[in-house]
Amino acid sequence: MSPTLTDASPVHADPADGLAILETRKSQAETFGIPLAVLAEITHRCPLQCPYCSNPVELERNAGELSTDEWKKVLSELAQIGVLQIHFSGGEPTARKDLVELVQHASDVGLYSNLITSAVLLTKDKLAALADAGLSHVQISFQGSEHVVADRVAGLKNAHAKKIEAAGWARQLGLPLTVNAVMHRQNLFQLPEIIQMAVDLDADRLEVANVQYYGWALKNRAALMPTMEQIEETTRIVEDAQERLKGILAIDYVVPDYYALRPKKCMGGWGRQFFNISPSGKVLPCHAAETITGLHFESVRDHSVAWIWQNSDAFNRYRGTGWMPEPCQSCAFKEIDYGGCRCQAFALTGDAGNTDPACALSPVHEEIFKTALTESTDDKRRFIYRNFSGGTLETEDLHGG
Amino acid sequence: MRNRRIDITESSRPVLARHAKLRFDETRQRWVILVPERVLAPDDVAVEILQLCDGVRSVDVIIDTLAEKYVADRELIASDVIAMLKDLADKGFLAEAQDTTS
Repeated sequence: MSPTLTDASPVHADPADGLAILETRKSQAETFGIPLAVLAEITHRCPLQCPYCSNPVELERNAGELSTDEWKKVLSELAQIGVLQIHFSGGEPTARKDLVELVQHASDVGLYSNLITSAVLLTKDKLAALADAGLSHVQISFQGSEHVVADRVAGLKNAHAKKIEAAGWARQLGLPLTVNAVMHRQNLFQLPEIIQMAVDLDADRLEVANVQYYGWALKNRAALMPTMEQIEETTRIVEDAQERLKGILAIDYVVPDYYALRPKKCMGGWGRQFFNISPSGKVLPCHAAETITGLHFESVRDHSVAWIWQNSDAFNRYRGTGWMPEPCQSCAFKEIDYGGCRCQAFALTGDAGNTDPACALSPVHEEIFKTALTESTDDKRRFIYRNFSGGTLETEDLHGG
Repeated sequence: MRNRRIDITESSRPVLARHAKLRFDETRQRWVILVPERVLAPDDVAVEILQLCDGVRSVDVIIDTLAEKYVADRELIASDVIAMLKDLADKGFLAEAQDTTS
């Protein structure tokens, strides 16, 4: 008999995996099976000011946010068309007063819910109410292993201490916990302590995610880009910890693609197995997609999600392999990496249809790689903090924490 | 160090943890297990085993049930059932009945 359990998750698994099994059956979106999981960025409001925030530089203000009823309608439709999991994210999702109601509605319609949070606005009662409403998993972001570095990166005093406390509540409530650590030049030296912190917090999983450079992070690239030596050291530390902590802590590792030879299979391929919904209801192929100017994104206020998934020009523009220029078009890897990241191609070349410069075959790879390497060794340290007014440069006295 | 990941023996009475949900996916017409930020696609045999994991039946009862149903060698069935349950338990997706919080 030999029963098998295939991991079908798009983000963590290979193409020849369970996702393929799930995609063999026809769903409502026939050509591109509807995603298994959807990211709901329910607000851009956030008390943190992380300089690498994945939200667009043009943040959406709360007056434009979908109402509680609009989100409920979206959640119902997602469940009905075959989405299985919802990730409540932001901004800071707990900044919305109706989060418990939204999680309850997700449970009522059969969606499995994950909360992706900075945790600084949580109270124990609030988290308990979320668990009662059916929340199944909490992911908390950490900016360092202790408060000096972590609070400086977050741009918020006492943020680290609050996160530690909230992680404890999650475990007391029996919620599985993922620690998300976004890594860059100014906190990579704390990686061994961050791994130990995740163990001490009784986390199930640790994501060691190097910053991806578009939007806010691109503005801050000179302050964030790791050195080559740091990356080599990081890989060694992660591989050692993965081995040592087998059965105790699962560790996922995202390398910075500037230092890779091949681009990442961004989002599992544009419009192939992922979409997210912005605070105002725009359906996006990637949480950074709004950084690409010239694309029009449809809103759930005007169309059904299923219609947008199938018909939106923004989704169809870079779907599959037909849109690819050379050197992608004749490349043997084109269905492995789908040409890499459209947002990065746009940010670095001005045309989202170009080969991702992270690829060694891109004509500008060499130049961009060298620039990044120079930036990493120049060691400029001041951050531009993320906010609704286009960013604020860190003051001199905070510099260096 | 915690001991959250339960050990599986023939006397265990495992049940899926609160955060591991076995569901029939109507859209794709197959069973799935929903776990944090992942979806697992169990095959028919794995589904059958998990449906027997109700926190009341022990692993040896589950093995007996399957060995009888498939008229198969009990030892072979036992090693397959325990291997699959251990795999799930190592990932933190199984609980002993009294440990569940839901």
